[in-house]
Amino acid sequence: MSLTTDDVKKIAHLARLGIDESDIESYARDLSGMLDLMAQMSELNTDNVIPMAHPMDQVQRLRPDIVTEQDNREQFQSIAPQVEAGLYLVPKVIE
Amino acid sequence: MMNNKSIADLAKGLRSGEFSSLELTQMFLDRIKRHGSLNCYITVTEELALQEAKAADARIAKGDAMLLTGIPIAQKDIFCTQGVKTTCGSKMLDNFIAPYNATVIEKLNQAGAVMLGKLNMDEFAMGSSNETSYYGAVRNPWDRNAIPGGSSGGSAAAVAAGLAACATGTDTGGSIRQPAAHCGITGLKPTYGRVSRYGMIAYASSLDQGGPMARSAEDAAILLQTMAGFDEKDSTSVDLPVPDYRAGLNNPIEGLKIGLPKEFFGDGLSGDVAAVIDAAVNEYRKLGAQIKEISMPNLKLAIPAYYVIAPAECSANLSRFDGVRFGYRCSHPTDLADLYTRSRGEGFGKEVKRRILMGTYALSAGYYDAYYIKAQKVRRLISEEFKNALSEVDVIMGPVTPSTAFGIGEKIGNPIEMYLSDIYTIAINLAGVPAMSVPAGIVDGKPVGLQIIGNYFAEDRLLNIAHQYQQVTDWHQQRPKGFE
Amino acid sequence: MEWEAVIGLEIHTQLATKSKIFSGASTAYGAEPNTQACAVDLGLPGVLPVLNQEAVRMAVLFGLAIEAEIAPYSVFARKNYFYPDLPKGYQISQFELPIVGLGHLDIDADGVKKRIGITRAHLEEDAGKSLHEDFHGLTGIDLNRAGTPLLEIVSEPDMRSAKEAVAYMRKLHELVRYLGICDGNMQEGSFRCDANVSVRPKGQQAFGTRAEIKNINSFKFVEKAINYEIERQIDLIESGGAVIQETRLYDSVKDQTRSMRSKEEANDYRYFPDPDLLPVVVDEAFKAQVKTTMPELPDAKKQRFKDQYGLDEESTTILTSSRQLADYFEIVVKESACEAKICANWVTGDLLAALNRAGLEISDSPVSHERLAGLLARISDNTISGKIAKQVFEEMWRGTASADEIIEAKGLKQITDTGAIEAIIDKIIADNPGQVEQYRSGKDKVFGFFVGQVMKAMQGKANPGEVNKMLKDKLK
Repeated sequence: MSLTTDDVKKIAHLARLGIDESDIESYARDLSGMLDLMAQMSELNTDNVIPMAHPMDQVQRLRPDIVTEQDNREQFQSIAPQVEAGLYLVPKVIE
Repeated sequence: MMNNKSIADLAKGLRSGEFSSLELTQMFLDRIKRHGSLNCYITVTEELALQEAKAADARIAKGDAMLLTGIPIAQKDIFCTQGVKTTCGSKMLDNFIAPYNATVIEKLNQAGAVMLGKLNMDEFAMGSSNETSYYGAVRNPWDRNAIPGGSSGGSAAAVAAGLAACATGTDTGGSIRQPAAHCGITGLKPTYGRVSRYGMIAYASSLDQGGPMARSAEDAAILLQTMAGFDEKDSTSVDLPVPDYRAGLNNPIEGLKIGLPKEFFGDGLSGDVAAVIDAAVNEYRKLGAQIKEISMPNLKLAIPAYYVIAPAECSANLSRFDGVRFGYRCSHPTDLADLYTRSRGEGFGKEVKRRILMGTYALSAGYYDAYYIKAQKVRRLISEEFKNALSEVDVIMGPVTPSTAFGIGEKIGNPIEMYLSDIYTIAINLAGVPAMSVPAGIVDGKPVGLQIIGNYFAEDRLLNIAHQYQQVTDWHQQRPKGFE
Repeated sequence: MEWEAVIGLEIHTQLATKSKIFSGASTAYGAEPNTQACAVDLGLPGVLPVLNQEAVRMAVLFGLAIEAEIAPYSVFARKNYFYPDLPKGYQISQFELPIVGLGHLDIDADGVKKRIGITRAHLEEDAGKSLHEDFHGLTGIDLNRAGTPLLEIVSEPDMRSAKEAVAYMRKLHELVRYLGICDGNMQEGSFRCDANVSVRPKGQQAFGTRAEIKNINSFKFVEKAINYEIERQIDLIESGGAVIQETRLYDSVKDQTRSMRSKEEANDYRYFPDPDLLPVVVDEAFKAQVKTTMPELPDAKKQRFKDQYGLDEESTTILTSSRQLADYFEIVVKESACEAKICANWVTGDLLAALNRAGLEISDSPVSHERLAGLLARISDNTISGKIAKQVFEEMWRGTASADEIIEAKGLKQITDTGAIEAIIDKIIADNPGQVEQYRSGKDKVFGFFVGQVMKAMQGKANPGEVNKMLKDKLK
């Protein structure tokens, strides 16, 4: 299976990932190579196998409903690119 | 030389007053400066280290020191360290001062360890050569033109070169074991869930695991002792008591059943490395171990399965790097879409982008079942193979890498070839079992590692087995030229 | 052609937990921006989610209340999309394996009873808020709401009119408040509705193409938005057009829906199981434990109020409209030993009227159930008349004194001294011979005149029953 440059552009858009026009070709080639590698998996019959999302057969632990966190806005926003009046600022969002 | 002492000996020296933590720390800081060209460190926290060393000396004087109190160690730059730049090897986080500590860092701080700085790594832990770091490649102290391995390349090179007594690493597909092998040190990837992932910047959440990188099994045991343990902040952390890892180091290993999967010794393995592994296995035979050839036919599918699962998870894990709340933001974004695409496009390097693209594709509509679900099914079959094998034998042994460290620049242009070099390590992460890399030989001046794979939560057994080998061999005591 | 609307609702209820679904930050409404967004809510590098037990308990309680199957094993998934109020670039939600499976809710729309299917209900985290006030042409992001637990309740497309949709929504609103799992505050966004609307020729089996109207935040607007959308779709089809599947926004000012094109592009959410969270297991023991906390539900309570207290449809509907009001009423009945119907009249009448005037909820009533019971007890033991009681109630509303204190201080106690009543009756009979004559000649209506005169003379403090009895005797 091979990916076209258009496929790469489409995926890059889904991932909101800017890639240089000049690199698209090489990404298409690398990703196609990876897909070839993955095609090996089809050799193995996995019909009745349950997908394994996690290495441990454990269940989710539940946390008591207690407020443990304090306001830490000043510190958190000291590393933010742009803030005003306690808000994170981004280019205008159009609904 | 202080830089060659074991952690236990350093701890003894600190308690007896032979030297202070401040002296020891200063000695390591000097070495870090002297060997700056290896590019092991992204950030050296000199001032903080000296402060911590003084505090450690006071604590030792008061008599409530722990083994790691006053020991200068270094952290892979994937662990968030409060008030200290935490880059994950990426331009994306070049300005990121973490506002909190990872649980592992918190534990090491409480133990009184001194942090020398933050270690270089492949960007977001994606790489096998440390060449994907925004901060440049790390050089292998055994051969400056060779890669140190990755992604914990800075950690391995720093420990090998004596630029820290020991270091933390993380391992998603071999990132502790492979650099440990290439740099001739001892590295342990614990069972998934043994070490908290809280504050450890995620690459692939169901595979990532932090672990110790040290000069010997004993040192690794000491570091793991502090790193391991249940953490209520990590849902995947396992609530099991942490055994005393040093207590069993000297247990005899007579009767140990070692499995050698024939798939580990196939075509891809270089003859030199194969000979080293044979010799190491022979050493175990002399120690009374029984050797059994086993077969794990699905191992060959570990790479394809891994390169679906890890990129899929990473594609979501790295979505939070969007230029809104922290990290890199492109200049003058024209609109929201531009903010996202350019901040991420400019902030991430090529390998990271490749994996985000791969993962996004594997999860996208129409491909999810063919790639993601298929890979998870293959993952289960591989995991079953490990369970079955480990019910027949106590440990599995084999090489860590198919060859010794390759040259810087040699494979960076061919990602797939690079991925294939992780052939012996990746399956272990899919299964979640613990595994070690132990120095077992030197070929053409470059170290070779022996991999020992154990059952879930059998870290104590692995350390014991590695330690017994290190009692009868001195590969772990070899130092690269110029760093003795 | 005759058309039929097909409506399904997706309702997002904010669960009334103290802390967030995956972090220990507070969920309290109205804090300064970003002061309740902790490292986990902000999606800082390296942070991890841990599930809030209370959110699970509430979801299970809801599932049991709608007689749904509770999944023994449910899974959190990541829903991937980029939006500035979604810090991680994915929302943790449930996709393939939700915690609550198929259930139902019985509604009553204009007297017609109907069972509405509930396809599923799943747990997820809320997003933050984008504030569009102008920050030099930029948008501000407040992440306080990010991570607030939501239970998304998805109905079957079982409703056929806006009225039914509103009846379902009201019933659900009542239920979640009864269960104590949601405060139901629609202004604060605790209970939000998305409506899926399509139309088809009456009699046709297949569904038409649906449009989704997002985020409608009142019952009134839900009704209007759906009605508008039904009309729009019918007009569109009848004029030769076709409905397209899209997301629309209801504009309450213009009373119309409009297309939200920004949400339209490539909805490929790339769901996959969240590797940071493990499967949630709800075993029989957990379910049984949750069951013990199940309150009496609205329908059952309504029926019991009719049976136990002999109340009519109207009073029971009002009294059971909230658990707090129903509880208030029952305590008043119990403590006052007063007839239930009288208690019901007081609660649904004077008390609710006063609360409405003051814009207060029953939980904030200045007259507590103890105090109202104290007042009604004095009616039932004939200390005061109903008329005087109203006067006492007004006094109680304004202050903190008990009914007894007010009755005592103002000397409002009913006169039960028959001698005193008799003297007054005798005087009134003597003063009004004409009326006495009328009464005795069969004009029963005149009786009211005598009662009024007696009460007036006694400033309302006479026991009306006693007065009636004595008057009847004397007038014979």
